[in-house]
Amino acid sequence: MAVTKKKSPRKSNTIRLKFDTAWPYSPAPESKSAAQLRERYGLFINGRWQAPAGDNFFKTINPATESVLAEVADASGKDVDKAVTAARTAYDKYWKGMPAKERAKYIFRIARIIQERARELAVVETLDGGKPIKESRDFDIPTAANHFFYYAGWADKLEYAFPNRRTEPLGVAGQIIPWNFPLLMAAWKIAPALATGNTVVLKPAETTPLTALVLADIIRESDLPPGVVNIITGAGATGAALVNHPGVNKIAFTGSTEVGKIIQKSIAGTGKRSTLELGGKAANIIFDDAPIDQAVEGVINAIYFNQGHVCCAGSRLYVQESVAKEVIRKLKDRLESLIVGDPMDKNTDIGAINSKAQLGIIHKYIRIGKQEGAEMYESSCKLPGKGFFVRPTMFTNVAQSNRIAQEEIFGPVLSVLTFRTDDEVIEKANNTPYGLSAGVWTDKGSKIFNMTRRMKAGVVWANTFNKFDPASPFGGYKESGFGREGGLHGLSAYVNLRNH
Amino acid sequence: MAAIQQAPLPDFSNSPRIDQVGVEERAARFTKRSIKDEAKENGLKLVLNMIDLTTLEGKDTEGKVKQLCYKAIHPHDQLPGLPTVAAICVYPSMVKTARRALGDSGIRVASVATAFPSGQAPRDLKIRDTKYAVAEGADEVDMVISRGRFHMGEYNFVYDEIAAVKEACGEARLKVILETGELGSLDKVRRASDIAMQAGADFIKTSTGKIQPAATMPVTLVMLEAIRDHYYKTGVMTGMKPAGGISKSKLALHYLVMVKEVLGDAWLSNEWFRFGASSLANDVLMQLAKAETGVYQSPNYFSAD
Amino acid sequence: MAKTNSSKTGTPAARLEVLKTYKIYIGGQFPRTESGRFYSPLDRSGKKLANVCLSSRKDFRDAVIAARGAVGGWAGRAAFNRSQILYRMAEMLEGRKAQFIDELLLQDTSPEAATREVGLAIDRLIYYAGWCDKYQQVFSAVNPVASSHFNFSVTEPVGVVAVIAPQGDSLLGLVSVIAPVIAGGNSCVVLASENKPLCAVTFAEVLHSSDLPAGVVNILTGRVTELAPFFADHMDVNATIYAGNDTSTRQLVETKATGNLKRVFVYDTVNWYADEGQSPYYILDTQEIKTTWHPIENIAGAGGGY
Repeated sequence: MAVTKKKSPRKSNTIRLKFDTAWPYSPAPESKSAAQLRERYGLFINGRWQAPAGDNFFKTINPATESVLAEVADASGKDVDKAVTAARTAYDKYWKGMPAKERAKYIFRIARIIQERARELAVVETLDGGKPIKESRDFDIPTAANHFFYYAGWADKLEYAFPNRRTEPLGVAGQIIPWNFPLLMAAWKIAPALATGNTVVLKPAETTPLTALVLADIIRESDLPPGVVNIITGAGATGAALVNHPGVNKIAFTGSTEVGKIIQKSIAGTGKRSTLELGGKAANIIFDDAPIDQAVEGVINAIYFNQGHVCCAGSRLYVQESVAKEVIRKLKDRLESLIVGDPMDKNTDIGAINSKAQLGIIHKYIRIGKQEGAEMYESSCKLPGKGFFVRPTMFTNVAQSNRIAQEEIFGPVLSVLTFRTDDEVIEKANNTPYGLSAGVWTDKGSKIFNMTRRMKAGVVWANTFNKFDPASPFGGYKESGFGREGGLHGLSAYVNLRNH
Repeated sequence: MAAIQQAPLPDFSNSPRIDQVGVEERAARFTKRSIKDEAKENGLKLVLNMIDLTTLEGKDTEGKVKQLCYKAIHPHDQLPGLPTVAAICVYPSMVKTARRALGDSGIRVASVATAFPSGQAPRDLKIRDTKYAVAEGADEVDMVISRGRFHMGEYNFVYDEIAAVKEACGEARLKVILETGELGSLDKVRRASDIAMQAGADFIKTSTGKIQPAATMPVTLVMLEAIRDHYYKTGVMTGMKPAGGISKSKLALHYLVMVKEVLGDAWLSNEWFRFGASSLANDVLMQLAKAETGVYQSPNYFSAD
Repeated sequence: MAKTNSSKTGTPAARLEVLKTYKIYIGGQFPRTESGRFYSPLDRSGKKLANVCLSSRKDFRDAVIAARGAVGGWAGRAAFNRSQILYRMAEMLEGRKAQFIDELLLQDTSPEAATREVGLAIDRLIYYAGWCDKYQQVFSAVNPVASSHFNFSVTEPVGVVAVIAPQGDSLLGLVSVIAPVIAGGNSCVVLASENKPLCAVTFAEVLHSSDLPAGVVNILTGRVTELAPFFADHMDVNATIYAGNDTSTRQLVETKATGNLKRVFVYDTVNWYADEGQSPYYILDTQEIKTTWHPIENIAGAGGGY
């Protein structure tokens, strides 16, 4: 029967598109020559490079090849003290008394030099962290520069940001940043702190210290007074020493909720100010009247951007049942066209997982998802033999009670759940200790406002996802932390308000 | 194939909604692909082979059409091993000339019809126009939809007209021009695409080339996604032809990336994808010559037919 | 009304005064503490003020349930309506001024100071009544992002707030910490001044007659040392305000609050009589900032891609 009907169309539910054979792209590697890495980096304290007190160094590797990129100083408590002292001295000696418009010009200058050295920074970011060069080039580095540029302009306009109040800087800010957007997070932290008149001790993550160290060079190049920004490297112990240092007035931390709570506990009762930007398990909701193709693309961008190493990643997808089949089918096709591999290749969509430890966590959750009985689908792509890679993965038939729907995986793993009514999905979306971000896709205006209002999250994307801008405040509800970074609202984390 | 199922027509006003900004973002992402070396050379040859080399002017003459046909067969003899273009696209009055000039080259003759470009004519004239072109030897017919009726919400009229022209085409393949520059929104581009495919279009095509804007990547993306959805639903493949405004190789390669990543391997041939263009061919040839010689090229060395 | 009985005994002609029972306020009801316990705060001369409920952690738990139940509806009210209710509270307080002055006198406030405190408390309610539908405009923003999106940040109530009210200024302090919390659409559970709790309970009666929905404000009386840990560690409380200056209590609250990362605000040195005693920034303390993005079509305009 089938033979005689050879021209008749195939049954539609068996149709799959193929993406793998015709017209493959040739390798398009970015040149590494833009990155002039040193063999060994010291600590950037008081405007110059200094050897760590204990003379200890650790290696930072390229997660895509597992080869060593450089050795980086491991700052001890003594070094932390030195850095905090330098920041305090700089605060008293230069920064506190400097006219705000002059402060602004230093920050503008840093923004410009980042733009000038963008290519170098992009290459270093990708080598050290494993993210696709496309993303470091088009997103991380330009957005970091823009952040400095945005906050530079605020420095001499603070009286307009807080009606009927006078602002005072806090003093020395200790800032601890994560490995997922290393330079960008440094910018998010340093720019508003400087604009409001604070001095800084910044600690980048131990797996991705290099762009922060290039930034140290840039800060030197900008002639910023010594000690206004100090950059020290190290692991958890260094961070703890910074948090607990009595000379620090403010802690700004981006990282896991677990560590956030530890920090909060250790500064309890000290009067230190803090902002915490922590984990998330964002709900991304697709209604049946949504622009489906853009929603599917939004889902891809929500969970596979930066290998899913994004605290605001849309890791819980809620699809209205009547369109669930269509959405899942389109997601599967879209997964096939994602290019996974060498982060330095300009065509790579999904690069290397940041570290072996993180790869282990992702594998653990994939195992859990399977054990919980969810249906797993992964891209059929081939993974490189070396380095830390995982295929973009999607679980369907996930229940609210599954761990993969509750816990932050921080990798390219999507959980798909279905729903029937508006009230049901709101309840499920808010049914989490987190509250960083959320997404909603529908063509109906009044429903957008209903949903965006009822979702308990600090950033809500409607008919879009994972958009960031220096002018846009970012930060969470509930256990996703507190305080906002970006925009006018990001200023208040770094000032005391006084009556005139 | 034979008996078309008499299912009730879908309500075309329920076509999927499109978010323009999302489409633009996605379209821009295709342009970030870096096409190098072998991929570039293969891509350029594919582009050349997908071109509907076009002349649609009031001043077209037999002489002009013959020259164009020669160019179609011999794009650039200095570079051996080049493919030909896919088709020559002309007005109905020039079909016979083109047919003769192309001989057994394998290059197809496409003819615009149905009161191109405005489509402002009664249906019987459009049918006659179509039948004339086919009788003169056209392998493919590029019709225009009735945009006025479309804007009036008379989707069944538009549908019936396309179906009637399709019937008049006989064996010739039908390309349906939506003239997206006159539709006003991507929602309407999607709706018109759905109507055309439902009515039997073999290809859907963006533009006549007489209206600005003509083809753009966002518009083409919406149409490619409509084609994919139609294929999912029916198993029937439909071709895509962006036309007008694509004159540079780099842009053409971006389009090719888009086809590859939206519809996949099956659409990467001139059976299912075409560029409606005139000056694109020479730009592709210049790029191929650059790849061959390593030297940047000048238009003076490429025949301007 | 709430004068102590002892002063009147021995005067045969005087009628026996009916004494007020000081109960707590949970979910719009005036229950006794579930624990059945009481304590007897004394005035400066050592005279007993009253038998006051010694609230337990279970009372707190019940109050949080009431506050959680009320917060959605309260936050969902039109800001204008919240404003009217706060104004109504001021009206009710004005009408019962004398009672509050009497209680303050019992609690060792001088007549002059008592009159001033009640007057200021009324004015404070009026002040925040006015802010209910205005702080949003002061603290929200439309953000000029570089992409084709409409982006705005608005305030949203944080949710259920646990408040340990000031120990002094037992009326003005209480009103000053409750008003900004509820003006901003939150609900709250408040622990009244431990040794001067009379006004707080009477204030609950004012709330009860002010159209304020049940559960929006819940008032407990009892020991700070006993209840502070629960005010800080309850997982369904979103923020804790400690209006005191005891360093160990502060440390305890800040430590326990980390369990669910409650927002903690310490008002340790505020002079509630001064300018600094009222400001929209107190409202802002218990607000979250929510930022929303939506694409903007720009067909054929401003470089639109269509």
